[in-house]
Amino acid sequence: MTSPQMHEEAVEAAREILRRRMELLRFTTAGSVDDGKSTLIGRLLIDSKAVFEDQLQHVKQVTERSGREGVDLALITDGLRAEREQGITIDVAYRYFSTPKRSFIIADTPGHVQYTRNMVTGASTANAAVILVDARNGLVTQSLRHAFISNLLGIPHLIVAINKMDLVDYSEDVFEQIRGQFREWAAKLDAHDIQYIPISALHGDMVVERGENMPWYQGYTLLGLLENLEISADRNLQDFRFPVQLVCRPQTEELHDFRGYQGRVESGSVSIGDEVVALPSGLRSKVAQIVTFTGDLDQAVSGQSVTITLEDDIDISRGDMIVRPGNMPRVDNEFEAAICWMSDEPMQARKKYLIKHSTRTVRGFIKQLRYGIDVDSLHRDEEATELNLNEIGRCILKVQKPIFCDFYAHNRVGGAFIIIDELTNLTVGAGMVWRPLREPPDPAEG
Amino acid sequence: MGQILSHLEALEAESIHIFREVFAEFRNPVMLWSVGKDSSVLLRLAQKAFYPGAIPFPMMHVDTTCKFPEMYEFRDRIADELGLNLIVESNTAALKHAPPMNKPGRYCDFCSRNMKTEALLAAIEKHGFDAAIGGARREEERSRAKERVFSFRDEFGQWDPKNQRPELWNLYNTRVHEGEGIRVFPLSNWTEADIWRYIQVEEIPIVDLYYAAERPVIEKGGCLLRADERLMTDEDEVKTEWVRWRTLGCVPCTGAVRSKATTLEEIVAEALTATHSERENRLVDQGGDSMEDKKKDGYF
Repeated sequence: MTSPQMHEEAVEAAREILRRRMELLRFTTAGSVDDGKSTLIGRLLIDSKAVFEDQLQHVKQVTERSGREGVDLALITDGLRAEREQGITIDVAYRYFSTPKRSFIIADTPGHVQYTRNMVTGASTANAAVILVDARNGLVTQSLRHAFISNLLGIPHLIVAINKMDLVDYSEDVFEQIRGQFREWAAKLDAHDIQYIPISALHGDMVVERGENMPWYQGYTLLGLLENLEISADRNLQDFRFPVQLVCRPQTEELHDFRGYQGRVESGSVSIGDEVVALPSGLRSKVAQIVTFTGDLDQAVSGQSVTITLEDDIDISRGDMIVRPGNMPRVDNEFEAAICWMSDEPMQARKKYLIKHSTRTVRGFIKQLRYGIDVDSLHRDEEATELNLNEIGRCILKVQKPIFCDFYAHNRVGGAFIIIDELTNLTVGAGMVWRPLREPPDPAEG
Repeated sequence: MGQILSHLEALEAESIHIFREVFAEFRNPVMLWSVGKDSSVLLRLAQKAFYPGAIPFPMMHVDTTCKFPEMYEFRDRIADELGLNLIVESNTAALKHAPPMNKPGRYCDFCSRNMKTEALLAAIEKHGFDAAIGGARREEERSRAKERVFSFRDEFGQWDPKNQRPELWNLYNTRVHEGEGIRVFPLSNWTEADIWRYIQVEEIPIVDLYYAAERPVIEKGGCLLRADERLMTDEDEVKTEWVRWRTLGCVPCTGAVRSKATTLEEIVAEALTATHSERENRLVDQGGDSMEDKKKDGYF
């Protein structure tokens, strides 16, 4: 229960937190019961004080009831009854904690190959991935699978957390050896930022506190690294993409002629006076106003939800996209993509599916499966004829009406789409637009 | 404004995007308004999403008929001020079977099943809503941690946690067959601390009961409850204490906390330094998997 006396210091601390601009960082973890993932998350949540005392008390009671002592950290993240009964993680769970510097969202996903689709889901919105490696076992398939999928989904920062260091006597040699092996393997990936940390989630070393067992390691703790990852450069601030969600026409007395386009700046930025072009019509105009509830803006940047008005009355509706004339996405009805299949029913070539890309939903079909990708060996299977649940492949798609897309590697939001089965309404696949095999890279692209 | 949004700006932008997707893709959406602090934030976000237009769908209050009088007053005042299209629905037919309120355990079971879950499902069916927007947050309770932002409900209004649609990027699958529906949670990624910060930054009106005052209370089962005649037995002793509510619900099951926080700043300070979860003071949420079970049945 809250203390009846409100201390002036607490009020001051709260004021300070309010004044500070915190950033949001989303990261994924993946793993199954034995590799310490739940313990690690439990540790992060407890040590950053995101777990309340009554919740902790509940976990203590459950731990004791099962005949053990102390606090089983893994119980903090246990979700559904079926998961506790079977001792597995089935689905993506989202968890929250914050430090004075950043607010964090963890997408906590299972690691087994049967749950690749959940790993892909968790990775889709993440800025960073914490890849867990058991120091006793070195590189096992599950860690590499998580690293591969994180990279495939365009996560800019990979953190390899070599866990259970307490079980290998906090040995620097073991750490170095695993780091060396991972580096060699990761050369196959196109990953720019991979960092390595030795930790013991169970005892807490190098998670939030440094501990005293690994003086040989001079880098950040895991939390320190998560707080200090440089994420400002991750956003695409070049390519202005504004998919129109709604057309706002209040038609009230005051706003009789108001016509605004509501949506989110998915990448890039836009300012008043900028020349823009609407897709698919190709009609041009200039930005007149950037309207928000709290007042008009001069500029809107990637991530902001705003309402844009244009100088000219041109025909724009939901599903259209407002961009700049000098920086257009591809307007294509045939494109290549990596697809992760998420349904029990295998992907069928030439079956009609719905493709949802930005605010546009169109009919389409898979024209060709070029090859399947084995997420464990990274081998291409050119003989693959279908994609089953949890399988990933490279395909050519054809859609009835063009979509306005970017290559996923260049612009995550602009290159992502989902596939919906029109009969069952289920989401059956997730896709990322790739540069066609036959097309040479654009030298202007970094 | 910086090039990177602050975490509150990012959460706000995400919620606005969700609201707009709902209105664009559903035939007949509704927003559920519980009159609590999360609903107040939700309401502000809805205003922002459609500004300068008005909120284009109705607000529905599923009334258990035993909310705090201050909540009804607040609801009607805000609805009037903002010109909301307010729908109030109650399962009044069930009330004749209601156990006495001074048996809180039994009453809350009755209320939760009949006045909340059943009332909600009946109201959704009556109006033919295909999407119901609510203020639930994933951080609130462990079974909510796996709930989608767009969460599918079958024809019986039920949730199947093991069989949810994958949800990737910000691409939401909004498709349903006749009779099925989607519950939408624009505040999925907000924490209690975020809610309070936002209320303070945005100066969002909330019910007075969130502010501490000297109020008559009784103590039952470790909870401080409003000294309401319907709740009391002869043994109950009325005391006057400095209290406030961290969450608001029904009078019989929502406990107060001792506090002298009379300003928003002090409330936020308490929320940011709280050591106990906000649901601790709710008789209704205690016990292992109760929320998971209720949600499967169609509870919000």
